[in-house]
Parts: sequence; structure tokens; C-alpha cells
Amino acid sequence: MDWAFLAISTVKIIGLVFLTILPMVAYSVWAERRVSAAIQDRVGPNRVGWAGLLQPMADGLKFILKEDLTPGHVRKTYYWMAPALTMIPSLLTCAVLPFGSRLFGEKMVIADLDVGPLFVFAIASLSVYGIVLAGWASNSKYPFLGGVRSTSQMISYEISLGLSIVPLLMIFGTLNLGEIVQYQAQNGWTLLPLWGEGLSLKGMLLAIPMFISFVIFTTSIFAETNRLPFDLPECETELVAGYHTEYSSMKFALFFLGEYAAMIIGSGLAVTLFLGGWSLPFGWLAPESTTAEVPFWHGLVHIGVFFAKVIAFILFFIWIRWSLPRFRYDQLMRLGWVFFFEIAVINVLLTAGIMMLPLGK
Amino acid sequence: MTFLFYIFAALAIVGGIGVVLNRNPVSSAFAMIVSFLGLAALYIQLDAYLVGTLQILVYAGAIMVLFLFIIMLLDIKSEEGRQFGVFSTAGAVVVAGGMLLIVAKVLKNFEAGEKALTPLKGAAAETTDVSAIGELLFTTYWFPVQVIGMLLLVATVGVVVLSKRELR
Amino acid sequence: MAIVVKRPKLKWWEQLYLPAIFKGLGITLRHFFRTLSGEGKVTMQYPEEKWNDQLPEYYRGAPALVTDEQDRERCVACQLCEFICPPRAITIHPEEIPGDDKWAKVEKRPKTFEIDMIRCIYCGLCEEVCPEQAIFLRKDYAITGTSRAEMVHDKNRLYEIGGKRVGLVNKWNELK
Repeated sequence: MDWAFLAISTVKIIGLVFLTILPMVAYSVWAERRVSAAIQDRVGPNRVGWAGLLQPMADGLKFILKEDLTPGHVRKTYYWMAPALTMIPSLLTCAVLPFGSRLFGEKMVIADLDVGPLFVFAIASLSVYGIVLAGWASNSKYPFLGGVRSTSQMISYEISLGLSIVPLLMIFGTLNLGEIVQYQAQNGWTLLPLWGEGLSLKGMLLAIPMFISFVIFTTSIFAETNRLPFDLPECETELVAGYHTEYSSMKFALFFLGEYAAMIIGSGLAVTLFLGGWSLPFGWLAPESTTAEVPFWHGLVHIGVFFAKVIAFILFFIWIRWSLPRFRYDQLMRLGWVFFFEIAVINVLLTAGIMMLPLGK
Repeated sequence: MTFLFYIFAALAIVGGIGVVLNRNPVSSAFAMIVSFLGLAALYIQLDAYLVGTLQILVYAGAIMVLFLFIIMLLDIKSEEGRQFGVFSTAGAVVVAGGMLLIVAKVLKNFEAGEKALTPLKGAAAETTDVSAIGELLFTTYWFPVQVIGMLLLVATVGVVVLSKRELR
Repeated sequence: MAIVVKRPKLKWWEQLYLPAIFKGLGITLRHFFRTLSGEGKVTMQYPEEKWNDQLPEYYRGAPALVTDEQDRERCVACQLCEFICPPRAITIHPEEIPGDDKWAKVEKRPKTFEIDMIRCIYCGLCEEVCPEQAIFLRKDYAITGTSRAEMVHDKNRLYEIGGKRVGLVNKWNELK
């Protein structure tokens, strides 16, 4: 057994998941509340700590201290499993996200898989079970309706999500997220091809299908993470609180945090695929290749850049949530099946067509 | 890493037994997901990352979601209290026993168990298993892929026609 | 008769909904930055900022008893306020003023006068009905306590809040 590998992986897992992602989850809740307040001309939580920065701690403490009520009519085993099943897949997916180039000669990714995006989709598709299980185990009508809605929503949007990144993979020619970011660092971000090979007629033309991909991908990520305008599984106005109606205390908190964790991972994936991951624009500080050595401070800058982009994307998530109204259910299905599915397929053909154009390299 | 193999193999088998033994259809479906996950982990242990990931993505992530969706929508309750007759039980035992015999016989004569196989990664170190599978699908197995695609298209059209047909 | 609402026919770019979405995003972004710059802020930071200087003239806060310029308690324990109080928050036990008292001719005064501030609805009817102008609604609004007993204002507390009223206090004049 390779103990060095195990030790390094453990350090990476603890560093990324427990010391970065989980605090980010807590603070994205804070950011959500503050930003939504600012959008609605309010103040938001500003009491606990400076500008309310300790609010997440207070919330966590409150959740732990609350009575953990298990209603009598639920299916106990599944009822207890469900919150864990929403949280775990969200955290698992960050295993393949490259959150930096190299530090101390180590690749800044927990598992350097050759099937990166597929792995994310696969694990993310499991997160629906937490919601379904919660809805079914609660054994009452509103959670049940929420669970049923979430299944159909997940199936509908997973297809467009998967198809929307096919054009990207055609251009990159790899499923390894580290190599994808490396390519973007040298040849222009997917959405901003202004340097390297991207700065050509073909690169510019390819930006059109890439933008379409980005729109479909982002929308589908919203649907996958059950965020407004696609939060029909919990939809307060119709379903009380949807799938977590019967949950209280820390079990509810796990659902709540699971949503934010999924949002962070979704942002991370969008940033990695479309916005150049950890790379700076115009090839600044870009390493030669995925195997090249990177100076220590470059590595730090890359990690910083990645998280800055992710935070910006999370703010975008929040901004959308507090701007758009919720979709009606038939509109949601129509959008997924009638528009996004077809557009994504056409987009694949469009990309292939542009790639085959005899426009030099 | 053999102990990981035993863990995931046990997971797959326990899941499989759970599918059969559970009275509640939803529980059965979840046992099946557990079984699929164990299987996917076994694939990944064989360095077949793509197959393992697709196993989770397609079977555990999509098909079982559909299963659950339908089970929950139909709300099958009668299955839970159903008792089986003597004949159906005997028939089931005979069929299952026959299957077990066949599997045992095949496994006994299975040669791959005795010789050491070259690892997938080592055999094609310069390419990933994704491109290897892609190349196979688009060259050697191109015709079967097309046939399956055609079949799925026909099935899709059939479903649309059937569900859109007006009842007289 | 049913009214047919004519829906506007959307142009093709309107049917994409994207322009409308961007417009909405623009509006929320404007509000966001306006609040950040402190311009659109209307929320009061309550414990630090108080309502005191912003209360309107007609504000009805805690009811309280007042004394006149000679430190005589104005209340004559007629119990009209007790009877009119809709939530029955007021409890008065009257007593006779002994003959050797300076104000013996007033004859009656409250022995105890209690207002249960958990019950009080700040309607102002007690002030309205009082023939002696002895009870007034002041501008105190933060009535708090850690027990039910603490929330019952007794006579001392009521006079403490009310204080002294000098001159002829008529209900409708500015001296109120």
C-alpha cells in the first residue's frame, strides 16, 4: 500500500472538503442572506460578529441545540438516511475538481480521473435519492409531491446537462478536468478565447456554440441543485417546504447545507469547464503543461483565482435566485425537453461543423 | 487492496439479496441501487473508470430514478401483503436453482480466473479507457451500435405514437 | 359575460425571455448597489437607533398616571378606566382618604392601581374616558420584563412613567 499517496490524499481531502468547502457552504448561506437583503433594500443579518460574519456559527449552534424530532408516521431507517444522502454526493463530487495547478509538486486535485465531468454527473445524479427518500420516508403528502417532482426534474435536466458539455469535450478532446483547464490556460477560456489558439477565426466562431452550451449548462445546474427558479421540489408556496417538511434540527440543516454544497460544486464545475478553472486570463502565469513544475507562489495564486471565480459564480447563483420568479411545473418540463434538449443536440452538430471548417488550424 | 474488493462485492451481493427479500417495492429499488453502486466500484477497481462511472450515471442515476418515480406514482401496496402459492414457490426455486447450477458450471470452466490478466491501464497506457472504448465503438462495433441506435429510435417513435393515439 | 383578456403578441426576441431576464437582473443589481452604498437603506438599527425622536405626536405608548403641580395624585379611583378597558388590563382597589389628610375633600384615591402590560392593547380608551385627566398614554414603547409579575405596572411604576403634569391639562390642548 502506498502510504505517501494515502497521506497526501488525506491532507488534500481535509484541506479542500473540511477546511474550504464546508466553511464556504456555511458562508454562502450568510452571503445569500446578506445579498438578498441588499437586493431587497434590507440589511440582513448583521448582529453576530462584525457584519454578521459569525452568523453561520450561531445558526449551526441553533440547529444542533434544537429538538431532533422524528415524527411517528415516518419510515425510520430511510428517514434517517435521507439527509446524509443529500449531503454526501455533493461533497463527493469535489474529488475531481482541479482547484489549483500545483503546490509542492503535487497536483491540486484529489483524484485525477480521466472521466472528470462524467464522474461529477454520475455522483450528482445520486443526490436526487436523498430528496426522493426524504419525500417517500416522510410518509405525508407534501414531501411526497416534492420527491416526485424532484425525480422528474432531475431526469429531464440531466440529459441537457450531459449534452451541453459534449461540444466542449469535442474541442478539448479529453475528459480529464486538469488537462481541460491546462488547455484553457494556454488557448483561451471557453467563453473568452482571446489568446493562444483561441485567437483565430475558428476560435471566435467556436465561442458561439460555447456560449449556447454555457447557457444550457448553467440553467441545468440550477435545476440540478434545486435552486430558484427551479426549486419546485421545495416550492414553499405550494408544498409547505417540499421534501423536508417533516424534518427538523440538524437533519433539516443537512438538507439545507446539501443544497449549498451542490451549488458550490456546480459553480466549481462551471468555472472549470467554461471560465478557465484556476487559470488567469491571457495566459498569465500559465504552466507549460500539466506535468510542468510550477513555482510555489504561482500555485497559491492559481488556488486563489479558482476560489475567487467560484465565489463570483456563487454570487451569480444568488443574484439569479433573488431576481427571477419560480417556473410553473409544465414550463419547467417544456423548457427541459422541448428547448434545451433539442438546442443541445443542434449545438453538438454546430460545433462539429465549425471544427470541420477548413480555416487553418 | 483486496479487502476493498470484498467490501464492494459484499455490497453488491447484499444489495441483490435485498432486492429479492424486501416486500416493499421502494426498498427493493434502493437495494438495487446499492447493488449497482457496489458493481460500479468493482469496475473501477478493474481500472475501467468509464464503465464504472457510466454504471452509476446510467443505471443508478437515471434508470433507477425512473423506476422509483413509477413505483412512487403507482403507489404499489398490494405487493407487500401478497402470499405465494406452493406451485409458484416451487417453480421459482427450480428456476433459480437451475440458474445457480449454470453459473456454477460456467465459473468452474472459466479460465480467466486462473491466469493473470494484464491490467487495462498498463495495456493501453498512452490512451485513456474513454478513447479506447470510443474507438472500438466507432470501428469494430460500428454496425451493432447503429442497429441499437435504430432500435432505440423505433422504440421512441413507437412510444410517442402509442401515447399520442386518441382512445376510441 | 366573460371578458377576453387580450394577451400581447410577443416578438421573437421577447419569446426568448432572455431580454426580460437581463432587465430583471439589472433592476436587482441596481438595488443591490444602492443598498451597498447606503442610499436605499430604510431599516433602523433598533437597539442603537431609537424611535424616540421619530415618534409621531399622536403616538400611543404605555399608559401612566400623573400627579398635578401640588404632587396630588390626580386619580380619584372612579374606576371608569377599569370598566372601559377592552382587555381588562386595569385593576383598581380604591380607598378612602382619611379625614386628617390634606386632600381629604377629594374623598377617594386608588389604594392599588395596576395595569397588566401583557394585556394592554394601547387603545387609549382609559385616557379618553378619564374625567380627571389622570391617566395618559406616554411614548414609552419598549415595555419588557422577564416574568409576568414584572410586566404588571403597579402604582409606583405608573407614577414614575407618568411624572408630573403642570397646569390645567385638557385632553385636547397641546399640554397633553
